[in-house]
Amino acid sequence: MSKECVGVIGSGSFGTAVSNLLSKNSDVILFVRNTDTIEKIKTSRVSSGQNISPNITLTNDLEEVAKKCNVIFPIIPSSGFRDLMRQLAPFLHPYHVLIHGTKGLDLVLPDPLPPDFKLDRSRIRTMSEVIREESVVVRVGCMAGPNLAKELALGHPAATVIASPFNEVINEGKRLLKSDKFQVYGNQDLKGVELCGVLKNIIAIASGIISGLGFGDNAKGLLISRGLVEMIYLGKALGGEISSFIGLAGIGDLVATASSQTSRNYTIGFKLAEGKTMQQALDEMDETAEGVNTIRIIKQLADAQGIRPLITDTLYKILYEDMKPQDGLNYLMKYPGNIDIDFL
Amino acid sequence: MEPIGKDYIKKKYDQVVPGGIDEWPVVNLSKNRAEFIQEVTDESVKRIKKLTPKRSSLIEEIETTLFREKLRVKRNPWAVDPPDDAEFLQSIKDRLVEISSNTDVEEIDDTLEDILHEIIERYASEIAGNFKKSRFKMARSIVTFGFARLLNASRARGFWSIFSTRYSLQDKIHITGEVEQLRTLAKKGTIIMVPTHFSNLDSILIGWVISALGLPAFIYGAGLNLFNIRIFAYFMESLGAYKVDRRKKNLLYLETLKSYSSLAIQKGCHSLFFPGGTRSRSGQIEKRLKLGLLSTAIEAQRVNYQKGRRDGLHKVFIVPVSLNYHFVLEAPSLIREYLKMKGQERYYVENDEYSTSYKISKFLFKFFTKGSDISVSIGRGLDVLGNYVDTDGNSYDKSGRKIDTQEYFTKDGKIISHDQQREDEYTRMLSDRIVEEYHKINKIFASHLVAFTAFEMFQKKYNKLDLYNLLRLPEDDQIIPYAEFRLVFEKLLRRVHEMYNNGEVSVSPYLTGDPDKIINHGLANVGMYHAKRPLIKNKNGDISTQDLNLLLYYHNRLVGYNLEKYV
Repeated sequence: MSKECVGVIGSGSFGTAVSNLLSKNSDVILFVRNTDTIEKIKTSRVSSGQNISPNITLTNDLEEVAKKCNVIFPIIPSSGFRDLMRQLAPFLHPYHVLIHGTKGLDLVLPDPLPPDFKLDRSRIRTMSEVIREESVVVRVGCMAGPNLAKELALGHPAATVIASPFNEVINEGKRLLKSDKFQVYGNQDLKGVELCGVLKNIIAIASGIISGLGFGDNAKGLLISRGLVEMIYLGKALGGEISSFIGLAGIGDLVATASSQTSRNYTIGFKLAEGKTMQQALDEMDETAEGVNTIRIIKQLADAQGIRPLITDTLYKILYEDMKPQDGLNYLMKYPGNIDIDFL
Repeated sequence: MEPIGKDYIKKKYDQVVPGGIDEWPVVNLSKNRAEFIQEVTDESVKRIKKLTPKRSSLIEEIETTLFREKLRVKRNPWAVDPPDDAEFLQSIKDRLVEISSNTDVEEIDDTLEDILHEIIERYASEIAGNFKKSRFKMARSIVTFGFARLLNASRARGFWSIFSTRYSLQDKIHITGEVEQLRTLAKKGTIIMVPTHFSNLDSILIGWVISALGLPAFIYGAGLNLFNIRIFAYFMESLGAYKVDRRKKNLLYLETLKSYSSLAIQKGCHSLFFPGGTRSRSGQIEKRLKLGLLSTAIEAQRVNYQKGRRDGLHKVFIVPVSLNYHFVLEAPSLIREYLKMKGQERYYVENDEYSTSYKISKFLFKFFTKGSDISVSIGRGLDVLGNYVDTDGNSYDKSGRKIDTQEYFTKDGKIISHDQQREDEYTRMLSDRIVEEYHKINKIFASHLVAFTAFEMFQKKYNKLDLYNLLRLPEDDQIIPYAEFRLVFEKLLRRVHEMYNNGEVSVSPYLTGDPDKIINHGLANVGMYHAKRPLIKNKNGDISTQDLNLLLYYHNRLVGYNLEKYV
């Protein structure tokens, strides 16, 4: 009997790393959109700078992925997520299980946009909500945690959280991903865990800025703890549970991303602090930094709801309104300190 | 009465099941009543054993049951309770005591099994309905005939008009929506009808609707308290009711109840759940449904699939129904209870305000003689996952692709598996879908909209006051100048029509045309027979209220549509 086959959609650095993790327990079909890229990977067996296991097959046929695999991991940037789901949906059945690894948000905007339009929660979708909206699949989960692709590729020890309201999805995720070097935890708060992954990118950009300005670990400690408080407030407002933010996908991922020079969002922040404009910084990257888009969405939402997330607000000014990173930091430092913890 | 819109149906329907009453699954069920009770018992015993895998946990469950049952017998006995309840409980207790001094493990297990079996069998026989077709026919004709008499007497003037046949129930109750689909689906599979619940009248009304549409009798869970009254018990049993005792909240009872429902659905009995559990106290459309009985629909569907019953005959269809009234007789007491509960009064006792035959007849008489129209909107059929189905019973996804409901119960597209946690989650999803459908099929009456407009305007004007203080607003302040009212009303009306065009809600035909006329129609109808009217026009032609609580109640019907921001 042939070995079970698991699908991965997206050959970016995280998609490739997850494919390699999965290949330890099962055969993997990796979907790559671009035909040129497929050919390159096929000959070199290298994807996004990582060697890929021999039992990973490449395809650019979504129907094949859906036909051969019951469990599929979509891991692509949030900007293309809905389009991809629309292409994949005709081939999906109610028995499929989808576990995504995308840490971004999707917006559903009215067309045409009314002049007095205000963004509210009903317009914002997490990726699992996009999957539910666009396909018949109900057994949906997400994968989040301190999983820097470059370290996973080196086989360093790490862990992830599989979140889903369905225990069977969590168990599938565990069964498929778990190995000697990779630990898998479960969480039923799908929305909360998704939001952890999404919101931590904001703080990661801020962390890059702090490092880029040449500040050290005191500043970082300050940022991470205040950043977590802000994540929790926003996360709660968007429908997550506090407890998820204190877990692996929350604080765990935040610490990893905020201290790692290999993180994309961190890198953007670092470049900004070096005096580059956002456009210059983005042009120098080869992969999407989700945080840039997330800051814009959260800022609009906060404005519409009349709340003021300090860090996000300041970052928005740096990213989109030409505030100097140093001025942003000064502003935050002058802001009267509040009660340390008031959400527990 | 003005002529009503053309979407209101007034016609006679043939029986859906051509073979007549003998072919109804519910008749079969009652023919083999003893056998069915045995089946329910066996199934429940199996479930409880699965839930209490250890001997000690089973003993604990039985002891808890015993304790609560003794408390019930002592503190809250009802006329309908069997006289030997106390005796029975004592015998269980004696045997439990014996067990505790016994060391022979096998003997203990045997005794436990016996005890479990006895308790559950007792529950199952109490729950089981006793449908009799002769009684059903009679009850049905009494209801139809009686109602029609009352109606004619009240509408046409004069005593002799009691024999008039000018009006039938269909003049009073307008059935709209997916009637034909419901009738077709009833032939193809098993229907679970899930209506909104606002009034005690709902069960009778729905019973009449089912029969008027030519559908076979549905089984439904009716509160055991209703069986306290002999005459009521007679009618309920004849109409296919089984008994639900809200006092018994122990695991053994709840599992027996679920087994009963699940097995009946598996046997093809159409069922009726009021998924809100109890009447909506606030007047709002239910937001949270009770998941217990709903889960039996999903379970029955899965079992049918597991048994390889793949044809439409064994598909379970969920049909949401919305009941729309201008006037809910119990509104004053309902909203009072709601405010009490919300006001932190946690330990309120559910009072049984319709506990005597006299009160019930008074209620019915008032209702039928005081002509206030009712509309019943039948929603589109759903499969147990909440996907729409067509008249053939096939499920479709949002983009119109045909899907196989069975595949929700497999991981590989082949083997149907039982995963309780999965089904619990599906139940929650189904409940969300039903609530969504309620909002779509809910028919907005002019009376709802005037009440909503007025209360929201008060709320906006006195936004510094919390709800309780607002409800105590001095009489002099309870006035809205008509011109202002009309302006806001028109804005809301526009939004309602917009929502209607988007398929987000349904509207009454009276909600079109000249806004002044609509407002007048609304004012004339909103809570029309309460001693204190929720909304009136005062001498100066301005809008005022005689009872803010009632205004809140009728206003609540439109909560959940995000209309507030248009005020």
